[in-house]
Amino acid sequence: MRIDIDALTVEIAGARLVDQVTLGAADGQLVGLVGPNGSGKSTLLRCVYRALRPSAGAVRIGGEDLHSLSAREGARRLAALPQDAVAEFDFTVAEIVAMGRLPHQGPVARTSDEDRRLCDEALAGVGAGHLAERGFLTLSGGERQRVLIARALAQQPRVLVLDEPTNHLDIAHQLEVLALVRDSGLTVLTALHDLNLAALHCDLVHVIDGGRIVASGAPHTVLTTELLADVFGVRAHRVAHPETGALQLLFDLPPARPTS
Amino acid sequence: MPLPLLLAGLCLALPLSLVCGAALGASGLSWAEVTRYLWAGLTGGAIGPDEVPAYTIVWELRLPRAVLAAVVGAGLSAIGVAVQAMVRNALADPFVLGISSGAAVGANAVLIFGAMGALGIWALSTAAFLSALLAMLLVYAVARTERGLTPLRLVLTGTAMYYGFSAVTTFMVFAAERGEAARSAMMWLLGSLSGANWAAVPIAAGAVLAGLAHLGWSARRLNALAMGDETAAALGVDPGRLRKELFLVSAAVTGAVVAVSGAIGFVGLMVPHAARMLVGADHRRLLAVAPLAGAVLLIWVDILSRVVLAPAELPVGVLTAVIGVPCFLLLMRRRAYSFGGI
Repeated sequence: MRIDIDALTVEIAGARLVDQVTLGAADGQLVGLVGPNGSGKSTLLRCVYRALRPSAGAVRIGGEDLHSLSAREGARRLAALPQDAVAEFDFTVAEIVAMGRLPHQGPVARTSDEDRRLCDEALAGVGAGHLAERGFLTLSGGERQRVLIARALAQQPRVLVLDEPTNHLDIAHQLEVLALVRDSGLTVLTALHDLNLAALHCDLVHVIDGGRIVASGAPHTVLTTELLADVFGVRAHRVAHPETGALQLLFDLPPARPTS
Repeated sequence: MPLPLLLAGLCLALPLSLVCGAALGASGLSWAEVTRYLWAGLTGGAIGPDEVPAYTIVWELRLPRAVLAAVVGAGLSAIGVAVQAMVRNALADPFVLGISSGAAVGANAVLIFGAMGALGIWALSTAAFLSALLAMLLVYAVARTERGLTPLRLVLTGTAMYYGFSAVTTFMVFAAERGEAARSAMMWLLGSLSGANWAAVPIAAGAVLAGLAHLGWSARRLNALAMGDETAAALGVDPGRLRKELFLVSAAVTGAVVAVSGAIGFVGLMVPHAARMLVGADHRRLLAVAPLAGAVLLIWVDILSRVVLAPAELPVGVLTAVIGVPCFLLLMRRRAYSFGGI
């Protein structure tokens, strides 16, 4: 199912955090959102998974205005991995994954066999079936992220939104998380810090700076040395991956500051 | 522990504890007498004229007191669970919102200065409840932001109000001319069920049952809220609206409960954690176990408060702490239980 963000604007306390952003992800595409810290990535994504109401503009999912759907109906179509996903109380992994079924369940309905099967499948699908009875807080960062992906998959969404899903993970887990997301076959919109990961995995990249989209397109057309200098203020070299030929970036250290 | 076994045990323990609450006390009545009076009270059966004083003790004093202890224990425990999820803080309890200390101001105005004398025996509960509502409005008005109620603001506002109201209460106690009034004010502040009668039961029980119904209805949403506002939103739960609902329910139930029993401490903090140690963090199980456990616990603590220094009475709040703290610390050390990652 495709998702379109249409002239979306967010103003909070007079500051325009997101300014007339328009972008889309076609069915099954993995679309990356990159930009420096404070550029508005998270604010934009918060509007998409409805933690924030935009000041203007719309998010359309399969052509329908997301914010006109009920919260439950919206959550049946779109799942998200926000950054705050840290449990204060020690839920088990199985309990966390079961929360993904919430938008499909009535408030007092019992958990159905179907719910249980979907949760088991989702957990097995991310290779975390053996963790089911573990406490979430006892897991490593990589395990946690896998479990949260399982929760999102148990939600049976058509679109998946992720906010920096590879933060604080070692390189193996970063690659694993993106592979899991890619293999889900869902339409994915993800904020990413690591430009090389974005270049490797994304079908389409949108670069956001100061709340505006400044470039969009396939990674190799968008991530030019000029853009990286303008937006991120870094000097980069473009190289081809020796085996796949995919674009990868090498960065120069900033010049040493004179010491007094 | 398997949940069905635990629930069955608690459901059995509750009526048994109520009977014990009616049977045990300063004046030694035999079990046979007590059961006969309880039966007479339940079925409207006849008793002899010389048995009226004993019957009154069992049916008019002890039983309503045990029932009220159950209601208060259930209410404080359930609201403790709700408030901890609402402010996403394992250290929170029903009193962190400042509602109870607000209620104390009203209660002390009655106890010390004889305010609202026209209401007779209702003056104390009414004043306590009204000032609890006032405190609730105040906390709500101050804590509210454009984004609704946020956890940290709620806790900070509630805590600040708590100190403010406590200052007023303490001043009143010092200003009291009669020592007896200060003593009953102190008793109220520590929590006591000594004023219990049947008239107090329906309102408190109604508020607690309505609160339990709402929380049971919201159990799955509470799970989502405990994971964070963003996650809750992504799961189709509006965290701002849910927190508003929880605030209203918690404030109303806390107000109704402290109006009849004063501020009985520690139950609302300890029982939710003890229940989590037994059945885990899932609010559907937690909200089944915590109220039952709280009810049974408070019945027994109240019995103890009546018998350890009989015929004198200890404030219940003193005993909940004296018994609760060591049990709690022991449980915490024995079990690999995580207090929000601490």
